[in-house]
Amino acid sequence: MLNRPATETQITHFQRIWLYMLVALVFAFLIIPCLIVIPMSFSGSKYLEFPPRSWSLQWYGAYLGSSEWRAATFVSLRAALLTTVFATTFGTLAAYGISRAYGAASSLARGVFMLPMLVPLILVAIGCFFVYAKIGLNGTTTGLVMAHTVLALPFVVIAVLSGLASYDMNQERVAQSLGASRPWAFLTVTLPQIRLSVMSGALFAFVTSFDEVVIALFISGGQNATLTRLMFANIRDQIDPTVAAISSLLIGLSMILLVGSHLLRGREDRK
Amino acid sequence: MPGRVEIRNIKKAYGSFLALDDVSLDIAPGEFLTLLGPSGSGKTTLLNVLAGFVRPDSGSITIDGAEFLLLPPHKRNLGMVFQNYALFPHMSVRRNVGYPLRLRGVSGAELDRRVEEALGLVQMAHLADRGVNALSGGQRQRVALARAIVFEPSILLMDEPLSALDKKLREHMQLELKRLHDRLGTTTVYVTHDQREALTLSDRIAVVNGGKIVQLGTPDEIYDRPKNKFVADFIGETRFLPVETSTSGALLYGRPLRTRDDWKDGDSDKPWLVIRPERLRWKGDETETANRIEAEATDVIYQGDSYLITVRMPDGIELDLRRGPDLGGKDLPERGQPIQLWLDREHTILVADKS
Repeated sequence: MLNRPATETQITHFQRIWLYMLVALVFAFLIIPCLIVIPMSFSGSKYLEFPPRSWSLQWYGAYLGSSEWRAATFVSLRAALLTTVFATTFGTLAAYGISRAYGAASSLARGVFMLPMLVPLILVAIGCFFVYAKIGLNGTTTGLVMAHTVLALPFVVIAVLSGLASYDMNQERVAQSLGASRPWAFLTVTLPQIRLSVMSGALFAFVTSFDEVVIALFISGGQNATLTRLMFANIRDQIDPTVAAISSLLIGLSMILLVGSHLLRGREDRK
Repeated sequence: MPGRVEIRNIKKAYGSFLALDDVSLDIAPGEFLTLLGPSGSGKTTLLNVLAGFVRPDSGSITIDGAEFLLLPPHKRNLGMVFQNYALFPHMSVRRNVGYPLRLRGVSGAELDRRVEEALGLVQMAHLADRGVNALSGGQRQRVALARAIVFEPSILLMDEPLSALDKKLREHMQLELKRLHDRLGTTTVYVTHDQREALTLSDRIAVVNGGKIVQLGTPDEIYDRPKNKFVADFIGETRFLPVETSTSGALLYGRPLRTRDDWKDGDSDKPWLVIRPERLRWKGDETETANRIEAEATDVIYQGDSYLITVRMPDGIELDLRRGPDLGGKDLPERGQPIQLWLDREHTILVADKS
């Protein structure tokens, strides 16, 4: 059955087996680097190695017990939460504006908001570094949040634009005619209907900031070093499996957030 | 009675396109006024100017004597109904209708009472707790209507509210709208491109074309005394025949034409005779030569409720005429037969291409 086509034009699974193998290979490349770190984090030895010769939870303990790691985690969480707030607010407003505007202005604005996704990250990082050096924002939470907000904006704009695409703007007009000011009409009529897209954009913003390392390497440091920056330094200097333990935790967190956002999007699309 | 609207010299251009070209219009309190015109005529733009969504380049609008044009939409106290209903899908029917009241600080028993009352007016009280997605098109439009009247707006604006409904429901809703208007007496501005709907509903009709009001009048004035060819053509199933003018009067294919109004010199030397098929007389006195049309029947088609009869004029122009079966089959013309039709003087109207 696998070998025989049911019709003349049908390609059998057997004839397509090379395609399945290619897909499997791609999947493997995508997933294995993520998965390899997890067993490494349970290593009983002092160095990063794969496969580990013995097992323990000591590196999770090392992470949670270290004030330096905890401080960096706090810095990262604070930056990610602030980034989420700013990127979601500005991104939603931008998407609203883009969806209401016509013609060249609208497509130009759309293009500009996508730029951070297209420009190589290292260029953004170097640019930030030199500008921040002039205005004294290097090593500050403000500077970090500003840079991360820029990076996260395209994700929010894309998510909210897709939500607004199926939204009927006449509803907002009707709300205005019924006595709601424009901001109030947006808050009570538009926002509740695109809230899942906004939330999905917010999740992306959070992950963007929390996982970001290049910009953090350039502009965060000292007391305001992020978790990712500290991990990088740790790999360079010590190479102990604490990094693997943190990575495993981050993978878990990212998975939860991304799966959550995916579920949210699915719900919105189905409406 | 409040609700007097005075629109003065409203102009609005989009680039080089004049959407509204110096429009002035008075709407009496309690009047049902329809803006009737083809798409792109400017009727919806005018409605949006009234609603505050389009700011005109110049002009003024007063409502009950107060300048209105600079008020933002939410301070105009207008009820608005859209073609696609624009109900809020994240709210129940009750919350939709209560939305304008809550914005006005109405709450508790008073809110409930007024929502019930408005839903009662549109026969939707029994579905108050449904979600709006569970409603049919007609029900949605009733809810939209209840939401637009519940706060007793000074004016009700409707933008083709029935055009998404099927024909039967549309005609039923027209009657309901008319009754509701009789009962509430709210000044209503209604936009439609459906001439029959305009005739059915309106106290007065403003026929809009090219950003201008080309004729303003009661439905019978608009239908029976069209000012120009555009109005005559837009309202009713109208056919036109070319008329010659001479010193002795108008001539149709060489026969004298006694018209209701004298054709004034200077209007145009090439007027058109307005033919409303239902105004034609199929029987007449053979000796009556004035206002007689001689033609040849080219097709006679039975269509159930009527016959569609195509006739060819001496100059080759063909007219499709509809004729009820009231006279039975015996007087029906046959294909290729000459036929004679008469037009009474009061129905003999000449129009120019432009007025």
